[in-house]
Amino acid sequence: MLFNEPSPLEVKVLTKRFGLPNSASIDTYLANGGYKSFEKSLEMTQEQIIQEVKDSNLRGRGGAGFPTGMKWGFLPRQSPKPKYIVVNSDESEPGTCKDRVLIENDPHLLIEGVLIAGQAVGAKAGYIYVRGEYRYLIDILDKAIDEAYARGYLGKNILGRGVEFELYTHTGAGAYECGEESALLESLEGNRGQPRIRPPFPAVAGLYACPTVLNNVETFASVPSILEMGGKAWADLGVPKAGGTKLTCLTGHVNKTGVYELPLGFPVEKMINELGGGIRGGKKMKAFIPGGSSCPVLTGDEAWPLTMDYDSMAKAGTMLGSGGVIIMDEDTDMVKAALRIMHFYQHESCGWCIPCREGTTWIKKLLTRLNQGVGTEKDIDLVGDLSANMLGRTFCPLGDAAAMPTASIVKKFRHEFEAKLQKAQISMAGAAKNPFVIV
Amino acid sequence: MTFSPQLEAKLEKLLNSYPAGRKKSALIPMLMFTQDEVGSITPELVQEVAKRIGIPPVQVDEVVTYYSMLHKKPMGKYHVQVCTNISCLLWDGDQLWEHACKKLGLGHKEVSADGQISLEEVECMGACSWAPAVQVNYDFHHRVTKEKFDQIIDSLKKPQ
Ligand SMILES: Cc1cc2nc3c(=O)[nH]c(=O)nc-3n(C[C@H](O)[C@H](O)[C@H](O)COP(=O)(O)O)c2cc1C
Ligand code: SF4
Ligand code: FES
Repeated sequence: MLFNEPSPLEVKVLTKRFGLPNSASIDTYLANGGYKSFEKSLEMTQEQIIQEVKDSNLRGRGGAGFPTGMKWGFLPRQSPKPKYIVVNSDESEPGTCKDRVLIENDPHLLIEGVLIAGQAVGAKAGYIYVRGEYRYLIDILDKAIDEAYARGYLGKNILGRGVEFELYTHTGAGAYECGEESALLESLEGNRGQPRIRPPFPAVAGLYACPTVLNNVETFASVPSILEMGGKAWADLGVPKAGGTKLTCLTGHVNKTGVYELPLGFPVEKMINELGGGIRGGKKMKAFIPGGSSCPVLTGDEAWPLTMDYDSMAKAGTMLGSGGVIIMDEDTDMVKAALRIMHFYQHESCGWCIPCREGTTWIKKLLTRLNQGVGTEKDIDLVGDLSANMLGRTFCPLGDAAAMPTASIVKKFRHEFEAKLQKAQISMAGAAKNPFVIV
Repeated sequence: MTFSPQLEAKLEKLLNSYPAGRKKSALIPMLMFTQDEVGSITPELVQEVAKRIGIPPVQVDEVVTYYSMLHKKPMGKYHVQVCTNISCLLWDGDQLWEHACKKLGLGHKEVSADGQISLEEVECMGACSWAPAVQVNYDFHHRVTKEKFDQIIDSLKKPQ
């Protein structure tokens, strides 16, 4: 089902089958060009497939934007151990709801992408790790997998070509940290979702210490169209160094929120004003987060001239991230927003390393008080200092994910923290000269 | 312990999904699927799952305490989850949460006396573009207003 109207401004490559009757069924998929790219991959060498993916400039859609072709190239060609494909369908970065739409509307696109990845690296089995809340997607995927087995696209002798691939779904049970690749692998092995020390990276020692390709749902779903169009043509849909299209989730204070497929390099202004129908209530945009709540926050003025791609966002001091765009209008309380964001990371910190476990807890306490106007200027500084000290000093990037939005909000919207302190003091009996401090 | 035939079939398929010697991989899905039928992760269920997978019960407990969707105490027959994370907050998810508490007379992770309904404030559930979002068990509800919330709850209460 589609939850929002498509827009004429979209470039529909991954989502081209969305809206067709029974778009999730294998019949619809096959009638509309499905599994043709996989068949093509059977005629190609591993190097040729990886080269096409490299040519496409596809970068990982899970948040970090690592070049996919290069990642696949890291797997050893010869390996005494089996190799695995793992799909990251944990989708829990706040603001992100695109993998869900992809799986719900076109599960075979993901399966075909996984099969091609299997061909590219010589893997014979794959797991789709789906967050626990997405149970209905597991049912959709299980049905699609059964269909693919029945039609000979999965199994021991695929299409009678002597190719083998087995595919399974695997449910998570509620843990944001399990979206982090090494924690996901721990969880898939039946353990608590605590991250592993890296190197070795999954390409060398991933699932069961075997060479593993681990990518986001959308990354795999991009691969069939890359083989169909050719890597170079796919790259040209986007901008240099960032090929293709990206599913973008418009969330927050825009009129037409929804998931849209946009070419990389799409202008922010056009995205908000034309695609999104402008800011709700004709208001001004105060803040903008490009791709999930762990990205540094931009002010509206900073964001308007940018384009939605890796380089443009990096130059502005933030990240394209996962595609979860969060838009906040002029009336948004930024202290409250900072607190809600930190509340999340504090809740999800796995507790393994001290800067993250203690840092998120401490900052959340400070923000809780500041949100009520309780504290001093020094407390605002302390939030900034603690974030800065967490950055780059935690075992896995969750600590950074917590620090980056917080540090940027304190820096760019400090006046809102100060205004809260002021207001609380004014309303205090006897207008205390010294700000009220709770220790 | 025995489970329904459907669940037994599901568990058998699950245990065959992992390579030889890697049965422990089935642990978290097995806990999720059996919890759905049993209602919570009871001490007997921990023993049973440990036995089926062939690991000490303590390794099962270790996992149960980590994952937020695994509960040692039963939740209501209808587990109502309200997201207040950032994209939902921007669509007044916090007010919806307060409304939910009032409407149900319950707080975070509380269960109604008759065991029918439980309430939980949850983190982002992947419905951010259609905020504020609510999940009842595994069913999503989008753009939930206070009125819509009341309708959802009233429809649960009707005998089915
Ligand atoms: C705390 C944390 C949570 C993450 N959550 C997700 C997620 O939900 N989905 C996802 O695809 N990647 C997530 N990632 C990124 C993964 O670690 C990994 O980089 C990604 O799945 C690789 O796939 P890609 O190259 O196709 O993007 C997360 C990373 C961190 C540090
Ligand atoms: S940074 Fe946080 S989530 Fe990552 S290992 Fe440390 S405590 Fe765990
Ligand atoms: S923030 Fe509520 S569903 Fe994502």
